[in-house]
Amino acid sequence: MSFDWLFLLEISLAGLGTGALYALTGLAFVVIYKATRVVNLAIGEMLMIGAYVFFAFAAGFALPVWVAIVAAIAGGGLLGAFVERTMIRPMLGESPISVFMVTVGLGSILVGLVELIWTADPRRLPEFLPNEPIFVGDAYVSPKVFYGFWVAALLIVALLIVFRFWRGGVALRATASDQAAAWSMGIDVPRVFSLSWIVAGMIAAVAGIVVGAIGGISSTMGIFGLTVLVVVIFGGLDSIAGALVGGLFIGLVEAWAGAYLGGEFKVLAVFTLLVLILMVRPYGLFGTHEIERL
Amino acid sequence: MSIVESVSSERSLLQIEDLTLAFGGVQALAGVGFSVAPGSITSVIGPNGAGKTSLFNTISGFYRPACGSIRLEGRDITRLPAPKRAALGVARSFQNIALFRGMTVLDNIKLGRHCHLRTNVFDALLYFGRARREEMQLRAEIEERVIDFLEIDHIRHAPVASLPYGLQKRVEMARALAMQPKIVLLDEPVAGMNREETEDMARFILDLRAEWGVTVLMVEHDMGMVMDLSDRVVVLNFGQVIAQGTPAQVQNDPEVIRAYLGSGRVDELRRRLAGARAECPA
Repeated sequence: MSFDWLFLLEISLAGLGTGALYALTGLAFVVIYKATRVVNLAIGEMLMIGAYVFFAFAAGFALPVWVAIVAAIAGGGLLGAFVERTMIRPMLGESPISVFMVTVGLGSILVGLVELIWTADPRRLPEFLPNEPIFVGDAYVSPKVFYGFWVAALLIVALLIVFRFWRGGVALRATASDQAAAWSMGIDVPRVFSLSWIVAGMIAAVAGIVVGAIGGISSTMGIFGLTVLVVVIFGGLDSIAGALVGGLFIGLVEAWAGAYLGGEFKVLAVFTLLVLILMVRPYGLFGTHEIERL
Repeated sequence: MSIVESVSSERSLLQIEDLTLAFGGVQALAGVGFSVAPGSITSVIGPNGAGKTSLFNTISGFYRPACGSIRLEGRDITRLPAPKRAALGVARSFQNIALFRGMTVLDNIKLGRHCHLRTNVFDALLYFGRARREEMQLRAEIEERVIDFLEIDHIRHAPVASLPYGLQKRVEMARALAMQPKIVLLDEPVAGMNREETEDMARFILDLRAEWGVTVLMVEHDMGMVMDLSDRVVVLNFGQVIAQGTPAQVQNDPEVIRAYLGSGRVDELRRRLAGARAECPA
């Protein structure tokens, strides 16, 4: 009985596809955490809103896909700005747990909003990705996962470049490092806070569109955010590199567990991993050691 | 009298008037007023808890005073947020070093230029045009002048967290200088330094004025250094200015001696504490 290497390759590629989306959403999480030290548990729900805004424009108003994508990204950005200004900024200086609980509540509100407008029924997004099967070597990859991976990868690279060279990115890094010093150097710290939520909202919207295109959308798709939480805890809450590596790794682990142990073991494997990480390296692979504990 | 005052405010770079700041029942500053002449080195001294750092935080925009005014070159900056003050030319260092850890010395110094940069995201994405020119100009200026001046060329690419304390203080000064400020607020520039490092820093502070034309306002406990360097000394105690003048005047002021050594009389301390509760004019 020989080992089926082709099968392993196929599920690994599929795992990397999902993993890239975890990495992308993880990046949105890390951007917020780095700048504002807020653990945003509603990141999955922000992703869901992006997907539903896309759905509303593409299916509801029957607009071209590109218009709908732009609208969804803009919607995600607006949501981020609104949440930061109305819910997070007033909590400035409160205990991290309180702010964390605000984001938990925000998640519930967003789910409720979606169920009010679109009901709780799952829906399918209009087809917009090319549909012909794709082979990497001999291995078959679902075209949606394939394109989803590249969308995520390109966006991540673009974001890394922006953070590296754009002065807003520099301001973000400076604010993450020392708020008082940044404030005295002429960096408008509250604006950096807003900016980080806007950017995170936009990233989440893109991830939402792709996740929705692959698996359909529903009011429970925010659960995606829970796996993302494992990803960022694995990589380190404040580490962009950690989110990327963690995303791909968790994607792989999930795919392997699903293929070799059975679909019901996917979640079990991911959260077992979480427990192990918390025991061995509670600050994550690349995280800063003195991060406050929740 | 009013003519004299207006003349003095024209000639001063920084004019502080009647500054009052309270944290709940604790009066940190009670009607503090003094002025800093352009190109001078002014020191603020006083016993612990006298309000020196509170004063600095108010001048740089971290605290909002209950009343009083802060003027920079005659312009009222009392209500401006800290980043705006930075752009106008107020730079500072911190008592506990506040460098951007995880970045190199050069990155830290570059961030000092942040308040003067004007580019948008599209420029930066392309990395051409304005952003690039600005970047080149910035690099040249900083590398040539600030780094040379503070003799930190050899650690340019070192991560700041790896540097010894004295060098970190110097990098912090370099970062403040890169802001091309009109006035630098130095909060205990030589605290925790040995004699040699202190002498180096004293030399840098003197050169700051000589070579860069920057006005210096500093808080310092090293009395030898304060008396050697300062043109003017302002003495704070219980949030009030108890004396100001040249180092020689201040050294011989009986109020100052009492503030540092105490008079041994409890009733006088009580009276002074009661007197420190200045009220804002309604």
